[in-house]
Amino acid sequence: MNWSAVAAIYRFEMARFFRTLAQSFLSPVLSTSLYFVVFGTAIGSRIQEIEGVSYGAFIVPGLIMLSVVMLSISNASFGIYFPKFLGTIYELLSAPVNFIEIVIGYVGAAATKALFVGVVILITATFFVDLRIEHPFAMVWFLVLTCLSFSLLGFIIGIWASNFEQMSLVPQLVVTPLIFLGGTFYSISMLPPVWQTITLFNPVVYLISGFRWSFYGLADVPIGFSLLAILVFTGICLGIIGWIFKTGWRIRS
Amino acid sequence: MTPILSIRDLRKSYADGFEALKGVSLDIEEGEILALLGPNGAGKTTLISTVCGITTPTSGSVTVGGHDIQTDFRAARRMIGLVPQEIALEPFEKVWNTVRFSRGLFGYGADNSRIEEILRKLSLWNKRKNAIKELSGGMKRRVLIAKALAHEPRVLFLDEPTAGVDVELRKDMWEIVAELKQAGVTIILTTHYIEEAEAIADRVGVIDKGELLLVQDKNTLMAQMGKKQIEVMLTEPIQSIPKALAEHNLTLNGNGDVLIYTYDIHADRTGITTLLNDVAQAGLVLRDVQTRQSSLEEIFVNLVSGAPA
Repeated sequence: MNWSAVAAIYRFEMARFFRTLAQSFLSPVLSTSLYFVVFGTAIGSRIQEIEGVSYGAFIVPGLIMLSVVMLSISNASFGIYFPKFLGTIYELLSAPVNFIEIVIGYVGAAATKALFVGVVILITATFFVDLRIEHPFAMVWFLVLTCLSFSLLGFIIGIWASNFEQMSLVPQLVVTPLIFLGGTFYSISMLPPVWQTITLFNPVVYLISGFRWSFYGLADVPIGFSLLAILVFTGICLGIIGWIFKTGWRIRS
Repeated sequence: MTPILSIRDLRKSYADGFEALKGVSLDIEEGEILALLGPNGAGKTTLISTVCGITTPTSGSVTVGGHDIQTDFRAARRMIGLVPQEIALEPFEKVWNTVRFSRGLFGYGADNSRIEEILRKLSLWNKRKNAIKELSGGMKRRVLIAKALAHEPRVLFLDEPTAGVDVELRKDMWEIVAELKQAGVTIILTTHYIEEAEAIADRVGVIDKGELLLVQDKNTLMAQMGKKQIEVMLTEPIQSIPKALAEHNLTLNGNGDVLIYTYDIHADRTGITTLLNDVAQAGLVLRDVQTRQSSLEEIFVNLVSGAPA
């Protein structure tokens, strides 16, 4: 393993993050605060507690997931797309690095940034609601796995995209609806039975349900299913990335 | 002596059937400067990209310092530095950081004294804290070279290093290349400036339509393929070439005051003495005589167009 290359890529990507620290740090704090003000306070006051958890506290895991998933995708897709766009990818392709090292560098940095923002949102939330975390170990694992798996997805999108429009296509048209319909702001038990069944085909449901379970012990689907779902998703992403580097698809002619 | 770079029957075909390289074989000795000449689309960049790992070859083999570029790619690539044709740099990155990044990518720790040495050599030391977007085009090219040298490669590829740069910077580049050669670095550069190859290369390769037409020592090439001309300048212009000089195959310039005689410098008899005697016999008075050797450019144009040089 060329760990020096992994460190170089990781450091390079993190430098970009720190160059735009205000955007990286303040933007999630602000948007989360807005969610709490609008959903938690204005609307939440009219919604009853869900299985003993106040509405404001109930949406915290979903809000963290929402930001973390979107940021993982955008960080990782931008990280690998930008060298393609600038032409600097020549250096990566001609360096003594293999695909595992490139993925660890880029995906590791993207996941770190998303994780950082996730923690910032979690801390921000404590100013608005009473949080309790029943399974902290599981919470951390869910958070880390989510950051990693969606950074892998972002990496794939960044390799696939041939322009900036395509970069935002999947996050905006596919991922955002899945997250909003995945139980971020509600428990799927609130839905009519038919929609409950349909919702089960949304993979994000398993993610948010599992993450919420780690906070309050409440889950829409069994926790084992949630864990399995995220592991399968990570496996699929890794498989696709392995294929991309084997065939050189969209990167090596 | 074992060549530092050995290319054997290298082929590259694209999905649309286009053959960019049609079986190129080439050996490059350590420490030499090889200039690859060829028109646009000849396959120069494809050849470099394939050796450097950016393009996957369809068939054939390449070894660098005895390491195969596919089966032993790490060792092979560590020996190679690449300066691409286009200026491709992260605009917000600082000069120092981008060179350190390149060094790290090739598996070396941040050696500050080494990075400093490279930046000083390329007159970038004062710009080390600048973001790349603040640099001029010439400075950006230097940064590309610094990045390529960051891991101390034994073989350096310069893909059109002076395309679109001004005369002063071109001379600077040539000096940099000469210094690198002194340091023992093997250099392969592509160019379509013949004067560049003529000025700095030890050997010249001519590539066209994916085929290597020839590779030869620059001086030998010019001597072997070069023709020489004598221009005989007359004091008084003439209307036509006198019959007495017909056997010399002369041409007369537009003004009628210069006779041009083309000869092969390697021929047993160049015919110069006879020519000058005959010119005097014909009653023509000479104002001046000068000789001119055909340049690499003419040799190149003749090779690529298929005409005899």
